[in-house]
Formats: sequence, structure tokens, C-alpha cells
Amino acid sequence: MNFEFSAEQLQLRDTARRFLADKCPPAAARAVLDGKVDHDAALWQGLAEMGFLGVTIPEAYGGLGLGHLELCVLAEEMGRTLAPVPFSSSVYLATELLLSAGSETQKQHWLPRLASGSAIGTLAHAEATGAVSNGSLTTHLEHGRLYGQKLPVPDGEIADFAVVTAQEGDDLSLFLLDLSGAGVTREAVSTIDPSRRHARIAFSGASAEPLGERGNAIAQISAVQDRAAVLFAFEQLGGADRALEMARDYALERKAFGRQIGSFQAIKHLLANMYVAATLARSNCYYGAWALSTEAPELPVAAASARISATQAYQLCAKDAIEVHGGMGFTWEFDCHLHYRRSNLLALALGSLSLWEDRLIDALRQSQAA
Amino acid sequence: MNFDDTPEQSAFRARVRTWLDANAPKHLEPELRSAIGTGISGLKSVDPIEAAKAWQARKASAGYACPSWPREFGGGGHSAIERVIWQQEEGIFAQLSGIFSLGHGMCGPTLMAWANEEQKQRFIPPMVTGEEIWCQLFSEPCAGSDLAGLRTRAELAPDGSGDWIINGQKIWTSAAHVADHGLLIARSDPAVAKHKGLTMFFLDMKSPGVEVRPIRQANGHNGFNEVYFTDVRIPDAQRLGAPGQGWEVSLTTLMNERMTIGATIVTGFDQIFSLVCAMEGENGPLVEDRAVRSKLASWAVRDSGLKYTSMRAISAIARGEIPGPENSIGKLVAASLHQEIATFALDLQGEAGILTNPDLSAAKGQFQAMIMRSPAMRIEGGTDEILRNIIAERVLGLPGDIRVDKNVPFNQIEG
Ligand SMILES: Cc1cc2nc3c(=O)[nH]c(=O)nc-3n(C[C@H](O)[C@H](O)[C@H](O)COP(=O)(O)OP(=O)(O)OC[C@H]3O[C@@H](n4cnc5c(N)ncnc54)[C@H](O)[C@@H]3O)c2cc1C
Repeated sequence: MNFEFSAEQLQLRDTARRFLADKCPPAAARAVLDGKVDHDAALWQGLAEMGFLGVTIPEAYGGLGLGHLELCVLAEEMGRTLAPVPFSSSVYLATELLLSAGSETQKQHWLPRLASGSAIGTLAHAEATGAVSNGSLTTHLEHGRLYGQKLPVPDGEIADFAVVTAQEGDDLSLFLLDLSGAGVTREAVSTIDPSRRHARIAFSGASAEPLGERGNAIAQISAVQDRAAVLFAFEQLGGADRALEMARDYALERKAFGRQIGSFQAIKHLLANMYVAATLARSNCYYGAWALSTEAPELPVAAASARISATQAYQLCAKDAIEVHGGMGFTWEFDCHLHYRRSNLLALALGSLSLWEDRLIDALRQSQAA
Repeated sequence: MNFDDTPEQSAFRARVRTWLDANAPKHLEPELRSAIGTGISGLKSVDPIEAAKAWQARKASAGYACPSWPREFGGGGHSAIERVIWQQEEGIFAQLSGIFSLGHGMCGPTLMAWANEEQKQRFIPPMVTGEEIWCQLFSEPCAGSDLAGLRTRAELAPDGSGDWIINGQKIWTSAAHVADHGLLIARSDPAVAKHKGLTMFFLDMKSPGVEVRPIRQANGHNGFNEVYFTDVRIPDAQRLGAPGQGWEVSLTTLMNERMTIGATIVTGFDQIFSLVCAMEGENGPLVEDRAVRSKLASWAVRDSGLKYTSMRAISAIARGEIPGPENSIGKLVAASLHQEIATFALDLQGEAGILTNPDLSAAKGQFQAMIMRSPAMRIEGGTDEILRNIIAERVLGLPGDIRVDKNVPFNQIEG
């Protein structure tokens, strides 16, 4: 048994950590937060050059052809550094959807571009409050053209293409759509975490091609969400660990009442609880990574467990990191709010906590019945 | 990443399974399952101590009692990973051996590190086979979390024999009422700082002057005791480590702890999940209820988080490494889980949740037993607060608490 990343994977982590320490300081996320740029294009290019954008894309399509364990390792580092790039949209969602549902022509066209970073993809799924189900969407196909509106779409402004869920008569299907074409309008929307941009996209007769079979949207999205849940969980884990480190470091440095605040038990116990949550999340994430990389039948349980545990850990670590920093923690200048924002964004990015709780209980019941 | 055994490991696992299949006391399994969190004191159909001793002896005959202890002392001579495989396979039957846990987890390793050869030969084998039970005489009325504040005195006998005379009182001593031997820490020098003046001994619990008084626990069971020492004589040969070295000796086992992680942590999640799945709510199956699901899910991920945390430690052991500090969260997380789960399980049963009679109560009264035992789990072996201090200080590197009694001779500490 070996429930740990391999030496090569750990080496990849070190490489990514060094690379991101250099190319992705907190100032990078701040530049997007402050609206100076819509994403860090230089970092994106750098990630492409490292091969990180095509980790799971087969070599035949210009990727590295490595496995998902390598991608998990990278996701954690992206989360630690709050990387302000469309990594999750392009790599966990668009790439995964193309790999699982794309036609040969679609793969030939888009995968090499995704790997090289010359194209950015995203998933346009949500429309408003509430879960998506067949019949709940306004976005629909009419005479082969798309109409409707998606909100919020991660990286919607900068993406070159989107995978869109839409009603096709009585079916819910997936479509692939070049966002630069006619009949597409996009506008930035403000969110709780402006360091990762989101958009509203309206379709008024945009041309779209089917992705996979008609009526396959729910099954495809659900499968990709399970896979992406593990990857998002690693991002959350990276963020949780970083927020905990920041709080720990500050607790050692800051003095009050003539002593380090880290010597007060109330602070020590906050930090110990953060450590406990992050440790539980890490172990659940590893289980998710195992299930993802081996395509195990346990994936639905493992993915939901990783997702829930990492959401809880990141939210706890980010909010209590602010508490440990006192007033400084609530300033724009300190980085605490970057993690607080990101933790609350990622908690919803792939569906809310309650949605994942539902998925976990359903999956546990199924595995018990089996 | 994989959960696969190596060929040797899978051969070992197969042997263990075959042996368990032929030897495990399967007739006790249902009772053990419904006594989660209460150990053998939940056994009703048999004498719990006899059942524990019988299972221990049987395991010892096959080298599965203390599987990783040296064969010369009656252990199995197996590797650390084989011990883990054994634990995984033994599963619920390990609950039977709870009465030996302080002996095997603490007293045995301390003897192995500090006793002489002859003593090891004499005392370790019967500890392995379960013929002799050991207890841990550490806590005192005025020294629990602050163990080094203990007051039981060890003085050299005035007759010049070199023997030690023990006077004082221990408390919360689990299994003292059935124990044959005890590991005892006492103060031999009150004129030095509190950690410095302690000495470790072991003794026969039948020694003259030892009086064991059972304490009735809050849940009505008799698990722990008070132990009074009145001029109890211990030969100097039964001293472990030098006089004044007792604190260091007591830490021996803490070093061992990371290696002896439990492969099976029982949190109660499986039990509550089965209960909920079997119940109907006002609007159909209870498991469809949103609020119930949310609670179940957050317990499920703590349960799986613990399980996979120990898997990480086990793979470190399998690689021949010492596991990292992440296992320090185990008892802290599991203890609260027990309490929360039991509280919720009773709530689900409505007004009938108060019933403890197994014939009248849902799930045979197991959650009622669990709710009454769970407060102890948050205290025994280090309270929640002490465990958080340890994580904060040893894992995260935060400063230790301010100790007003630091470097003060013990006999000058106030209070
Ligand atoms: C079921 C059971 C079995 C036991 N078996 C044994 C046994 O076999 N042998 C043995 O020697 N002992 C045994 N114990 C004793 C156990 O180790 C102690 O009860 C435990 O260490 C706590 O000590 P205490 O009871 O003196 O509580 P105290 O130390 O008085 O603690 C009271 C409260 O103060 C808090 N507190 C104390 N110090 C600090 C601090 N520095 N920071 C923050 N909070 C603090 C504690 O967390 C607790 O909430 C057993 C206890 C139980 C409940």
C-alpha cells in the first residue's frame, strides 16, 4: 500500500511551488482584484511553457499525457498562491469535458490550443439561484442556434470557447461554442472574489455545435463535476494550508500584553482546530485523488468527501486567519481577505455545500445497497 | 497511490484471515458491534474479563497477540506493517482486548526499554498472553493534565535495604481492580523542580499496603479506581530508570505512540448511518431530510478523514518511515464525533430516546450507552484542551503556556 504521492509527483510539486513563488506572489492576485488586468497573462503563458496546462492531455494532442495525480499536485499549489488564471475553468472543466465527450475533430482543434494556453475554455452551466435540472434552464436551442443567458460564468470574459448546457427540446444537451462569434454578448459581473473574474453571457442566436450525444448533459456534467470536485478540493486545501501558515506566522510575531499572541490558548486552540480541519481535508483529498486517478467506482463518495471536507477547511482557516490577525486582518492591505474571498468563491464554484452533501449521502446509500 | 498489498503482505493477510475465520469468537460479534464506545463492559452474555483473557490467549498461541513484539517475549515478531494488517483484519474483535490496552500500549514498551533482561523474561510474556493484567498508576487527585504535579511519595527505606517506601494516592486507574501489576510514577525528591524529582517503578498490585477502591463512573460502570498506598515496599530492582528520571521514562511510550497508531478508529458514523437509513420521518424516509443529510455528511467526512489519515500513517510505516504528526488529531476528532452522533441519535428517537433497555430502545440501546460513555473519551489519555495545546505547540510550533511553577522546587510551589 502507498497512500502518498510518488517521489516524482512530489518533485513536480516542488517545481511548481518554486515556479509559483517566483511568478505568482500575492501581488498577482491583487492586480486582478484591483481590476488592473482580467487575469495574469504572463503567468498563464508561463504555466503553458511548463506544460502545466496540458498535464492530463494526451501527447497526441500536444499535452504531457501525465495522470490526474500530477494535476492534483498542481491544483494544490495554484490554491496556495491564489493563482489569478483560468486554470480551473480551462483545465478541470473544459479539458475534462472535451476529453470525455468531444468528437475527434473537436479534440484535434481545441486540445492542442488548451495545452499551449493559446485558447481558454470554460463551462457555462449556472443560470441563476438553484440547482440545474432538465427543464430548469432558459438557455435553449432553436433552429440550431442558442438563445438564453448564463450567469455566473467563470472566466466568461476571457474564454475563447465555452461548453454550454442548454435545453434541446425535451432534452438537456451540451454544446460547444466559440465565444468570439456573432450572437454572444458578455459582460463582467462583480463578485465576492474579483481576483477571479466572472461574466454574464447572453446568447441571441449564437451558432453552437453539439458536444457529445443529445440529452447527455446531466450525465456528462455530473461525471465531470465528480472529477473536478477532487481538483477544486486540492485548490481549497492549498488555500487552507496557506491561510493557516499566515495565521501561525502572525501569532508568533505579534505581541500583546507583553507576550506573543500565539502563547494565548484561545489563539492556540483556534490554530489547532484549523490544523485538524486541514488534516482531515488533506486525507479526504488523497482518497479523492486515488479514486480519480484509478477511475475507481468509489469516485462519487471520494469526490464528495474531498469536496465537503476541503470546503469546510478552507472556509474555517480563512475566516479564523482574519481573527488571528485582528484589525490588520480586516484591511485591504493584508492578504487575509484574499483567502477569505477565495474560500467563499470556491465553496460555491462547483455547486454549493448542500448540493455536495446531497451527492455524498446519495452515493453512500448506493454503495451500501451495492 | 494505491491500497494494494505487496505479495508478502497479501500472503500474510490471507493467513490472518484464515486463522481468524477458524478462531475468532464470532458468537460475540453482534454484541460487540452494538457496544461501540463502551468496550467490553458492554458485554452481557459472558464474563467480560474471561472473554478478553480467552481471546488474548488464543491470539498469543498463534503469535497475533502483540504481533510486532519480539518472539522471545511471546510476541509475534512481525513487522510494523504486518501488525497494521492484523489490526485491520481483527476489526471488531479488538474491542475485546481493551482491558490490556494500557499494558500493551504503555507498560510493555516501558519495560522493554527500561527493565533488565530477567524482568522482561518474567513479566512481558504473561502480559502478552493476557494471563496478567497491568494498570497505569499515573493520575492523582491533584495531578491529571498536570501530571508532573503528582504527590505520591517514594522514599528510601530507613532500614538501608535500598527498598522504596510508597505513600500516597492514585486515582482514575483503569482496571486496577483486576490488575496484577502496575506501572507507578512517584515523587522521590520534592526539593527539586517538579519534572525532575520523579521516579518510575513497577509493582505487584497484591503488595501489602495497596488498597484498590473502585469508583463508580458517571455511566454506572466500574472501569476506574482509586488506589491508596500505605507504606508499600518496592524493591529497588523494580525501579525503571534512575531516581529522578521518571518523567523521561514516562515519555518512552509517547515516542512509541506514532508507530502504534490504530488502524481502526471507531467513530460511530456507520452506526448512525444505519440507524438513519432504517428510519421513517414525517415526510418519508428520514435520510431524505435535508437537515439530517447535512449532519450525516459532515460526520461522514470527519470519519473518512480520520480513516485516510491513518492510511497515510500506515503507508509511511510500510515505507519504513516514522509517520508525521497528523495522527495526533485522531482521538480529538473521534471523541467529539461520538458525543455529537450519540446526542443526535437520541434526538431522532424522540421521547423514546431516553430508553436504555435494549429490548425497548431503537438500535438495542447502543446510542444511550454511547452518550453516557462519550464524555470520558474527551478526557482519558489527555483532554481535548491538552491535545489542542500539544498540536499547537509540537506541530505548529507555538510557544508553550506560561508556567508559573517552572524551575521552582516542588515543595515551594503554592496551591
Ligand atoms: C475513563 C477514564 C480512564 C482513565 N484511566 C486512567 C488510567 O488508567 N491511569 C491514569 O493514570 N489516569 C487515567 N485517567 C485519568 C486521565 O488521564 C485524567 O483524567 C486526565 O489527564 C485529566 O486530568 P484531570 O482529571 O485531573 O483533569 P484536570 O487536569 O483537572 O482538568 C480539568 C479541566 O481543566 C483543563 N485543563 C487542565 N490543564 C489545562 C491546560 N494546561 N490548558 C488548558 N486546559 C487545561 C482540562 O482540559 C479539563 O477541561 C482516566 C480518565 C478517565 C476519564
